[in-house]
Amino acid sequence: MAVPVAFFAVFFAYPVAAIVARGLKADGTWHLGRIGDVLAQSDVRQVLWFTTWQAFVSTALTLLIALPGAYVFARFAFPGKQVLRAMVTVPFVLPTVVVGTAFMALVGRGGLLDELWGVRLDTTVWAILLAHVFFNYAVVVRTVGGLWSQLDPRQEEAARMLGASRFAAWRTVTLPALAPAVAAAALMVFLFTFTSFGVVQILGGPTFSTLEVEIYRQTSEIFDLSTAAVLTMIQFVAVGAILALHAWTVRRRETALRLVDASVTARRPRGAGQWALLAAVVATVAVLLLLPLAVLAERSFSGAGLGYYRALTREDGGVFLVPPIEAVGNSLQYAVAATAIAVLIGSLASVALTRRDAGRLVRGFDALLMLPLGVSAVTVGFGFLIALDEPPLDLRASWILVPLAQALVGVPFVVRTMLPVLRAVDARLREAAAVLGASPWRAWREVDLPMVRRALLIAAGFAFAVSLGEFGATVFIARPDNPTLPVAVARLLGRPGDLNYGQAMALSTILMIVCAVALLFLERLRTDRTGEF
Amino acid sequence: MLLSLEAATVRFGGRPVLDAVDLGVAEHEIVCVLGPSGSGKSTLLRAVAGLQHLDSGRILLDGRDQAGVPAHRRGVGLMFQDHQLFPQRDVGKNVAFGLRMQGASRGEQAERVRELLDLVGLPGAVGRAVAALSGGEQQRVALARALAPSPRLLMLDEPLGQLDRSLRERLVVELRELFGRLGTTVLAVTHDQGEAFALADRVVVMRDGRIAQSGTPLEVWQRPADAFVARFLGFENVVEATVGDGVAVTPWGKVPVPEDAPRGTRTLLVRPAGVRLVPADEGLRCTVTARIFRGTHVAVRLQPEDAPRLEAACGLRAAPEVGDEVGVEFDAADIAVLG
Repeated sequence: MAVPVAFFAVFFAYPVAAIVARGLKADGTWHLGRIGDVLAQSDVRQVLWFTTWQAFVSTALTLLIALPGAYVFARFAFPGKQVLRAMVTVPFVLPTVVVGTAFMALVGRGGLLDELWGVRLDTTVWAILLAHVFFNYAVVVRTVGGLWSQLDPRQEEAARMLGASRFAAWRTVTLPALAPAVAAAALMVFLFTFTSFGVVQILGGPTFSTLEVEIYRQTSEIFDLSTAAVLTMIQFVAVGAILALHAWTVRRRETALRLVDASVTARRPRGAGQWALLAAVVATVAVLLLLPLAVLAERSFSGAGLGYYRALTREDGGVFLVPPIEAVGNSLQYAVAATAIAVLIGSLASVALTRRDAGRLVRGFDALLMLPLGVSAVTVGFGFLIALDEPPLDLRASWILVPLAQALVGVPFVVRTMLPVLRAVDARLREAAAVLGASPWRAWREVDLPMVRRALLIAAGFAFAVSLGEFGATVFIARPDNPTLPVAVARLLGRPGDLNYGQAMALSTILMIVCAVALLFLERLRTDRTGEF
Repeated sequence: MLLSLEAATVRFGGRPVLDAVDLGVAEHEIVCVLGPSGSGKSTLLRAVAGLQHLDSGRILLDGRDQAGVPAHRRGVGLMFQDHQLFPQRDVGKNVAFGLRMQGASRGEQAERVRELLDLVGLPGAVGRAVAALSGGEQQRVALARALAPSPRLLMLDEPLGQLDRSLRERLVVELRELFGRLGTTVLAVTHDQGEAFALADRVVVMRDGRIAQSGTPLEVWQRPADAFVARFLGFENVVEATVGDGVAVTPWGKVPVPEDAPRGTRTLLVRPAGVRLVPADEGLRCTVTARIFRGTHVAVRLQPEDAPRLEAACGLRAAPEVGDEVGVEFDAADIAVLG
């Protein structure tokens, strides 16, 4: 418990405190009146309103579209399932900038739909909402579907035998069991969309702006640090409230579920209705998730075949000190380090949180762990920059700074993935191990670990992919001679000219492929493990 | 005493689940705690195992206070109610678990696992997946797993609870033989009196977290300590009575009692065998309300006119039909004055 707390104190609380002090403190005195001043501005209120309602609508839309997907992935066995599952996850780990650009290429001016039918959505809020669904589809499918696939179908059968209709059985048996996972997924989606940055930045234009974009604008364009600090605090409070609510609901519904091997619950679809559902889900995935990526890849080849890719290896681009292709190596190294840190910290925290004697304080930490997700990545990056560049902690020149920031963003994913599984492990199995002579640590290793190994791998995969695609924080602290992939993409996008645009597309495509490969590898591990039981 | 509990008390939210329990288990003794669900039996085992903190009182093993000794250092075995076999390990690895925790070598483990699987009647099951085992087989594996580290005290929580009757009756005999041969000290809990009487050297009846009676199966069966124990053991003919000289006044009229019975207002138990059926114009007049076939005899439910219901045991052929009017007389030999 002490390690995660210390980690968060030094690398999260301290930088955030630094940024708040930087914003609110002038000439050695606090100016708390600034909060009221900022809130009184009508454009700030407009930003707040837009941030909130678009997050609500995005979440609802995502659940609506993704829950059938979660069901299909959990309960149906069909050829190509593994590949499809990995594909669904790819968008989630793509850098926001790339997603924004991909949707621009699809629904924007001169985009695919524009060329075909003259349809443009980039001036409407629909582009943002669709991009959010694109992004978060995997969150719901993974979180809800993962648990769903392990729920014992016999529970529903028992309800059917007691006279419940198919729907009533689902509603009274499965839904309550799934509720914590649905709540967790909905909360995540809400958080991601509430703090959406890259997508809104690109697709929102001057009309639509979230808090995050506003914070970024205030920080880097207007250099109004105190307004940015106030906005950060508003976001902090809002996110804290949501997380507290979430922790409360999850705790109320916490039950030890009867989990079974996922491979025995899935079966081939039967009847026209189930095949139609499967087809609908596959079609949704194809149109909503794969099409933008396909367009992205297509554009990366639109120059002169591999021309854009060849340009990546040249040093004379002038954008960087090194050939852009080196960003691939940097990203991978950073991501490996960040994953190691995130998995270590996240597992320690998860174990501490599942201990039966965990007190109120420890359980409160659950919500605290999620905060880095809610506080803007921009804030984290900027906080690192101003807080960790001077004694007692001067890490500015150290390479570890980037993995640390990325790990901070990755830890909540690890905790979120591991906690539900750890909580579902029957405590009496641990007791059985203890009575047979296993110390608590040994019991965890012997009983919990084999059961959560899969969750641990998935968590590691997520942390890895998130680190790989992390942009908001990294952009502040990555050194110019060591750019990561997303940073390189953003810099290339920020430059005029077809060659830079094409290179950005090419680099994005590489990033997409790296993520896809990493995830496919994970899917393989998953099946190997399942076969072992 | 290998195990002693001294005023052991556990409260859940202020309500005592174990209420100042004193209990001793001697070496090589098989003690069975019998009680309805919710009487605190499982909590008793969990407390001894170190899985449940005592709110007050002490638990001693070999005379040493176990306060602060964690479960994995107590050297006791516990077989869980629903076995709790490790689902991701095969039979052999489940049985070897405790040995591995003791740091036994692979060779020793393999040797002992084979020996134990033979002992519980599952030779050659080493490589099987636990999910593929039947209930009886799981029970045997759980037993082998609990026995493997040679615990000084083996505790069994409803050891045969989920098995079907014939299997249960066979296994209980096997268990008793096995424990006798190995000299294992056993503390078992069950809600099934048949199981308890067949298995135990000594039976302890629990009620609401307290010990209601402790004694050999014969003692408990012949002289239940009070009305609760008698009813829990399945006796129905239990009433308040005023006991005098060789006779007791009951709602059923005057009933003979053994000469040495204590006098005064007492609880009286009339065993079904002590209710003799006679022609309707003799003795206490009753109507037959039900006949329950019990294999060796027929239990007959009788309703006297102004008194509590009676149960009588009849020979298979002699049993009257439902609705028949019969008379009842009592046998002093099958009547016990409790408390």
